[in-house]
Amino acid sequence: MSVKIDETLTVECETGNYHTFCPISCVSWLYQKIEDSFFLVVGTKTCGYFLQNALGVMIFAEPRYAMAELEEGDISAQLNDYEGLKRLCIRIRKDRDPSVIIWIGTCTTEIIKMDLEGMAPKLEWEIGIPILVARANGLDYAFTQGEDTVLAAMAHRCPEPEFSLRERKEAIQKGFAFPSREKEELDEYANHPSLVLFGSLPSNVASQLNLELRRQSIRVSGWLPAQRYTDLPSLEDGVYVCGVNPFLSRTATTLIRRKKCELIGAPFPIGPDGTRAWIEKICPVFGAETKGLEEREERIWESLKDYLDLVRGKSVFFMGDNLLEVSLARFLIRCGMIVHEIGIPYMDKRYQVAELALLRDTCIRMCVPIPRIVEKPDNSNQIRRLRELQPDLAITGMAHANPLEARGISTKWSVEFTFAQIHGFANARDILELVTRPLRRQRNLEDLGRTTLVRKNNKF
Amino acid sequence: MKLAYWMYAGPAHIGTLRVASSFKNVHAIMHAPLGDDYFNVMRSMLERERDFTAATASIVDRHVLARGSQERVVDNILRKDQEERPDLIILTPTCTSSILQEDLQNFVDRASIISDSNVIFADVDHYQVNEIQAADRTLEQVVRYYLDRSHRQEVLDQFVTDAPSVNIIGIFTLGFHNQHDCRELRRLLRDLGIEINQIIPEGGSVEDLKNLPKAWFNLIPYREVGLMTAMYLNKEYGMPYISTTPMGAVDIAECIRQIQKNIDTLASSSSNKRIDYEPYIDAQTRFVSQAAWFSRSIDCQNLTGKETVVFGDATHAVSITKILAREMGIRVSCAGTFCKHDAEWFKEQIQGFCDKILITDDHAEVGDMIARVEPSAIFGTQMERHIGKRLDIPCGVISAPVHIQNFPLGYRPFLGYEGTNQIADLVYNSFALGMEEHLLDIFGGHDTKEIMTKSLSTNIGLIWNPESRLELSKIPRFVRERVEKNTEKFARQKGIQTISVEVMYAAKEAFST
Repeated sequence: MSVKIDETLTVECETGNYHTFCPISCVSWLYQKIEDSFFLVVGTKTCGYFLQNALGVMIFAEPRYAMAELEEGDISAQLNDYEGLKRLCIRIRKDRDPSVIIWIGTCTTEIIKMDLEGMAPKLEWEIGIPILVARANGLDYAFTQGEDTVLAAMAHRCPEPEFSLRERKEAIQKGFAFPSREKEELDEYANHPSLVLFGSLPSNVASQLNLELRRQSIRVSGWLPAQRYTDLPSLEDGVYVCGVNPFLSRTATTLIRRKKCELIGAPFPIGPDGTRAWIEKICPVFGAETKGLEEREERIWESLKDYLDLVRGKSVFFMGDNLLEVSLARFLIRCGMIVHEIGIPYMDKRYQVAELALLRDTCIRMCVPIPRIVEKPDNSNQIRRLRELQPDLAITGMAHANPLEARGISTKWSVEFTFAQIHGFANARDILELVTRPLRRQRNLEDLGRTTLVRKNNKF
Repeated sequence: MKLAYWMYAGPAHIGTLRVASSFKNVHAIMHAPLGDDYFNVMRSMLERERDFTAATASIVDRHVLARGSQERVVDNILRKDQEERPDLIILTPTCTSSILQEDLQNFVDRASIISDSNVIFADVDHYQVNEIQAADRTLEQVVRYYLDRSHRQEVLDQFVTDAPSVNIIGIFTLGFHNQHDCRELRRLLRDLGIEINQIIPEGGSVEDLKNLPKAWFNLIPYREVGLMTAMYLNKEYGMPYISTTPMGAVDIAECIRQIQKNIDTLASSSSNKRIDYEPYIDAQTRFVSQAAWFSRSIDCQNLTGKETVVFGDATHAVSITKILAREMGIRVSCAGTFCKHDAEWFKEQIQGFCDKILITDDHAEVGDMIARVEPSAIFGTQMERHIGKRLDIPCGVISAPVHIQNFPLGYRPFLGYEGTNQIADLVYNSFALGMEEHLLDIFGGHDTKEIMTKSLSTNIGLIWNPESRLELSKIPRFVRERVEKNTEKFARQKGIQTISVEVMYAAKEAFST
């Protein structure tokens, strides 16, 4: 299949001079997701100032994350890293008593080659709290890929079940050692191997997806990550896994190679089309036939009608910074929009193969050419292209949003897509709510006739 | 290694970028990993800047780590030179890239031979100086570079202007109310009959820097940024400078008198008639600014002896402390600054105006101090505002670091005579709010209705026992409803019928995580 895609889909590569958030920003949503965790970012003032400014008000809510700020003595190895980290972790244990401490390695720890992976097991043993290491640095990764590094590290800690699958199945059938409520619940599902979903979603979105699969008699036995670190799902040879976000390729690789899991390659459940395709890929694996999916998708599209009228025929340009771009573009094309360009920081063609195929099919179905996909884009080239194309909407980072607005190009901050709830059937409306907001605002202000608000001699 | 959640001043390269992007047609290039260009986000969001921020990154990635930047930095400089045609390109390392110890000066030297723009390397040590100090240095470096160059090319015009004139040094992007202060200073100087020679770096052109020495003197409104430049100009070109911040009626008068002295000294040689600003100071203080009258009014009488805590950068913390103590008769229990590098000056300035002095850049220490003192109002940064929220103490924001609400669209200077009005409002409103809330609490929140009659919850099965009802009534009115609702929600979730005080707090814990 990948060969076929290569024939029709081309991925260009530019200079990589683009704006995105540093991957350490993943602590902002992961500390909220994993309730008993503490994130310690081992880095410099630059990292700290980024977190402080990017996460704004969250800082004041006594968050469960902090900086281990490296000073000159740490850089020149005059101070002992191990003792330093031990002192901080003991203080964290005293103040917060977390179930896990996650060290986020940064560019600086890479450059000075601080051996976080080596120190963690030793310190873990000494202070009695699990310590995970994730190298979420700007040398290697962009924005959401930070979550990928954390989840990949976490996958290693997922427990092996105490019984083998077969033994457990027998135990379930006998009702042995399981409370009766759980037994009843089990009867609703087809008897199938475990399915673990990976990707951090707000808990209500996760339950929506669970419910969606339950309608197809598929039971989700766990999520990576779970609401609490102590509830990590058990993984072993033969467990099926499926991703819910396009930026989790390292996690997928870890699950396949280290945990011997079976990966279900599917498009991502973003938009009603994506959600349906996602379920349709999962069901056959467990021998379940899909029930009523088509009608369900149809109903969702029906409910989106008012928004679809707004976006139909409008053009959009993704500058690219969070790896959700392909899925969002595919959904927007299905909504009737014209996508000029899909900028994306990094494209894993193997992990995204099903999503890319769906993009191609959607383009054929909607009779539009397949948009160019630009990996590692160059922002100044992109701005030149934006000036030529004059799209109705640019989906871009905050560094460019205000300047583009001042030049009469409507923008939507891409970061909002990472924080909003966009997965599953029920949240398709939220995506369009975000996408149409600048369009609706523009319509409200149309009569004022002031679309460009920069002086004539200013550069574009 | 230290544990940190919050810092008052950012890393050095932010200071350099702030100066660079304040000048017109200057481009900054950071030698930085992906994601370190969040300065552009700050400028675009906080300042609501319409133009693209002239700062880009020359990305440091895995390949650079392995093989060095090689041609990449030079290529990026030349590319910007071609695309944007800036007058000046400033290359700056970040904390991370400075550890790599690449010879960036060498890249700059190579690029400056080929490029049409001037290229310099920001000479700041990322582990020695912070944002504020770096900004000060970079400004001096740029000024020195252009003056030295003009000197060599012998195009430097050292003749002072005919009429008295001034350079204002230190107004720049992301500064606390800098734009408004700048407008107010222009007005003040126009009133005094002084021409403005140049304002740097905000909106200034580097090609005009050679004309700096034409001014009669320099005015440094903020101590943090501009002083180094002023000292340099004083040493090399004999330009006098005034660094008294014209904030608060007394210091404005002081600043104007210094201006008068400077002008008199220079004008006496050309036998101009002597100027006298005293009538102006008198008229402004008594009638234009409302602050002097406000201090006499009975409103301000109520503030006598109220305790406050002041914390901020050196300039603002000192000025506000003096205003509170000297001009409003308010007691400053503790004044502090995070500008540790300027501690001596700070201590000397506020000697006698406050009970205690705190020099720290650890926000927890500031928080503990505020909790101990329990002042009626705080004047600090955004951090102190949040500490105040937690302790239920009102706070007026008087200094960076700041949020978007501290970049108001309306005219809100802190300097000059209009500034005195703004500060009086800020001080008075902070206290009045605090008093109001306090009174509400004493009198049970002016809420004579029974609490239980006014409930948004639909569940009737829940019973609040007398203790918990009492406890509920103690909660300030404006959050009571929410507490009530949350508690009931919690009780329903847990299947609890009677709400006791324990349940209330269990609910609070459950909802606060």
